[in-house]
Amino acid sequence: MAVLTMRDALNQAMREEMHRDENVFLMGEEVAAYQGAYKVSRGLLQEFGDKRVIDSPITELGFAGLGVGAAMVGLRPIIEFMTFNFSILATDQIINSAAKMLYMSGGQFKVPIVFRGPGGSAYQVSSQHSQAIESWYAHFPGLKVVMPSTPADAKGLLKSAIRDDNPVIFIEQERMYGNKGEVSEDEEFTIPLGVAEVKREGTDATIVARSLMVPLALKAAEELEKQGVSCEVVDPRTIRPLDIDTIIESVRKTNRVVVAEESHPFCGVGAEISAQIMEHAFDYLDAPVRRVSGVDAPTPYAKNLENLAIPDVQRIIAAVREVAYLD
Amino acid sequence: MSSAAGVVAQEVLDEVNGAEVREEHDQRKQEQKDRMEATNRETLLRILYQMVLIRRLEEKAAESYSLGKIGGFCHLYIGQEAVAVGALSALRPDDYVLTSYREHGHAIAKGISPDEVMAELYGKAGGCSSGKGGSMHLFDANVNFLGGHAIVGGQIPLATGVAFASKYRGTDQVTLCFFGEAAVNQGAFHESLNMAQLYKLPCIYICENNQYGMGTSLERAMSLQDVSQKACAYDVASEFVDGMDVLAVREATERAVARARREQLPTLLEIRTYRFMGHSMSDPGNYRTRAEIEKYQERDPIKLFTASLKEKKLLDDQALADLEQRVRGEVDAAVRFAEESPEPAPEELFTHIYANQ
Ligand SMILES: Cc1ncc(C[n+]2csc(CCOP(=O)(O)OP(=O)(O)O)c2C)c(N)n1
Ligand SMILES: [Mg+2]
Repeated sequence: MAVLTMRDALNQAMREEMHRDENVFLMGEEVAAYQGAYKVSRGLLQEFGDKRVIDSPITELGFAGLGVGAAMVGLRPIIEFMTFNFSILATDQIINSAAKMLYMSGGQFKVPIVFRGPGGSAYQVSSQHSQAIESWYAHFPGLKVVMPSTPADAKGLLKSAIRDDNPVIFIEQERMYGNKGEVSEDEEFTIPLGVAEVKREGTDATIVARSLMVPLALKAAEELEKQGVSCEVVDPRTIRPLDIDTIIESVRKTNRVVVAEESHPFCGVGAEISAQIMEHAFDYLDAPVRRVSGVDAPTPYAKNLENLAIPDVQRIIAAVREVAYLD
Repeated sequence: MSSAAGVVAQEVLDEVNGAEVREEHDQRKQEQKDRMEATNRETLLRILYQMVLIRRLEEKAAESYSLGKIGGFCHLYIGQEAVAVGALSALRPDDYVLTSYREHGHAIAKGISPDEVMAELYGKAGGCSSGKGGSMHLFDANVNFLGGHAIVGGQIPLATGVAFASKYRGTDQVTLCFFGEAAVNQGAFHESLNMAQLYKLPCIYICENNQYGMGTSLERAMSLQDVSQKACAYDVASEFVDGMDVLAVREATERAVARARREQLPTLLEIRTYRFMGHSMSDPGNYRTRAEIEKYQERDPIKLFTASLKEKKLLDDQALADLEQRVRGEVDAAVRFAEESPEPAPEELFTHIYANQ
C-alpha cells in the first residue's frame, strides 16, 4: 500500500497497463510533451516514447474517431479528453461509432477503448467548463461509464477499463485529482466494472453518491451520526452497468434513500436510480426517494452562485432528515 | 513536413490545378488505352465481371425493395461502379476498406459474397452483419471490410485510426476510405486529413464526387468545388480522376497505394462520378434534369469499359453474353439465399451489445 493522489493513481494504472500490453497507447491534447493538462500522464512520454504517448491537435471528433478505428482492428487506445466538456465535440464518434459498432456489425467488431479525462464541476470556470455529462453517455447501451471517488478505485477501475473489450467512458472529477488515499501497488490489483461499494455502513438511511458526492456524503453521514441518524453510503462506482442489486439491498435495510449527484436533475442518473428503486423496492420504501442534484441551471462563474449550484454537505443532510421525517 | 514525404506531396500538389489536371488526365487516358493490352486479360475481365455483378445485384435489390422485401434506406450505387471496382482492384486482400451507407458495390468488390450482401438487405440472419446492420451497415471481418457507416463523414476518422493501427503495428497494410463529396464539408474530413499527414498514415481518402448530396448540388454546398485542391491545406498528395474510367481509377489508386505502402503517406483522390438513380430508393430526383442524367449515362462506366475491351478484341459478344448469364445466376442465387435465410432470432435483439457477455 502507498498513499497516492488520485492523479498519481491514474498515472500508475496507465503505466502498468502500458507495460502489460503493448497495444495500449495514450492519445490526447497535451498528454505527451506537456505531461498532461492535469499532469495525469506525467512521465509517460519519457517512459514509453512518442509512438505510444501521442499529442493530438485540438480535434476531438478526429482523435476520438481515430481511436475507435484503431480499436476495431485490435489496438487498445486510451483517449484523453482535456476535459469531458470537450468530449461533446466527439459524441458522434463515441455514440454513433464506438457504442454501436459491435452491434451493427453483428458481433464482428468490438471496440476496446477508454475515453477518459476530468469532468464535473471545477472551480469558477463557468458554464462551459463545469458540468457533469455522465447521463448522456450512460443513456446508451454499448458504452460503460465509470466514475471513481477514491484513488484506489481510480486505479483499480481504470485498469479494468483498459482491459475491458468495450468502450468505457471514464470520468475523473476535476476537483479530486489532489485527493489522497491508500492504493495497492500490486500490478494485478483491479476492481471489476459494474460493482458498487458500500463506503460506510448504516441502518437508517441510504445515500447513493458517486464521484465528488462520495466524500460529501461521508461527511454528511458523520454529522448525521451525531444527530442520531445512521447513514449507509453506497457508491455505484460504475454508472453503466449499474449495480442496482447493492443499492436495493441497502434500501431494504434502511428503507429511506437520498441520491446525491453533481449533474442537473432532469433526465439524470439520479432519476434513473430513483426509478429503479421504485421498480424493485417500492414496498420497502418508508419515504419517497429524494434527489440532491446540481441545480437546473448552467454553472455560474461568481463564487457565491457557484456554491449554490453544486450540492454540499448541508443539502445532503437536509435531504436525509427529510426522508427520515425528522424536520 | 519537410521529409521525403513532403517532397512527394508537393510534386503532386503542384499538378493540382483545375484545367491542367484535367488535360494531363486526358493524356493519361490515352496511355492507359495502350497499357490495357499489358494488363492481364483475366484481371480486365474480372473488373468487368465485378461491375456487372454489382449493377445487376442492385437492379435486383431495387426490385425487391419495391416489393417490400427490403426496408429502410437503400442507396444504390448504379453509375458509380467503376470507383469501387477500380480502386479495390489495386488492393491486397489484407488491406482495409471503410465506406459510407452507399456501399453495396464496395462490399462486393472487397469480396463479401452476393448472398450475404443480399441477405443483409433482407434483414436476415444469413446477412454479413447477421441482419442487424442492413443496407447501410455491411461488415465482414473476414475480408477486412470495416463497414458501411451512415453518419455522413463518420467513417473518415475511423479509417484514419485503422491506418494508425497498421503503422503502429508495423504492417504494410493500406486503408481505403470512401465518402461522398458532401462529406468533405464535415469537420471529420478536415480533422482526419490533418492528422493523417501529421502522423504519416497509410490511408487513402477517396472522395466519390457524384456532384450531389441528396438533392443539393455541389455548387450549392461547397465554396471551393475542386475537392482535390483541399488536400493542399494539409500538405496531402492528391489527384483528380475520371470515375467513369475504371482503369483510370485503378491506376490512380495504385499510385496512392504505393505511396501508402512504401512511404506511409496519405493521399486524397477526388474521383468524379455520377449516380444514375435517386439518392435512395425514396428519392424522386426532381433536382436534376433528364438531359443531365442522360449525358452521364452516355459515359456509363460499364458501357465504356465493355466497348474498349471489345475494341481491343479482349471480349466478344458471346463472352459478354456468358458473363451476363453467369452474373444473372449468381444474383438469382443470392435472392434465393436471402429469401430462404431465417430472420434473426428474437434473442438476437440483446446480443452483441457488449463484448464478452
Ligand atoms: C451527419 C449527417 N447528416 C445528414 C445525414 C443525411 N444524409 C444522408 S446521405 C446525405 C447526403 C450525402 O451526400 P454525399 O456525401 O455526397 O454522398 P452520396 O450520397 O452522394 O454518396 C445526407 C444529407 C446523415 N446521414 N448524416
Ligand atoms: Mg454525393
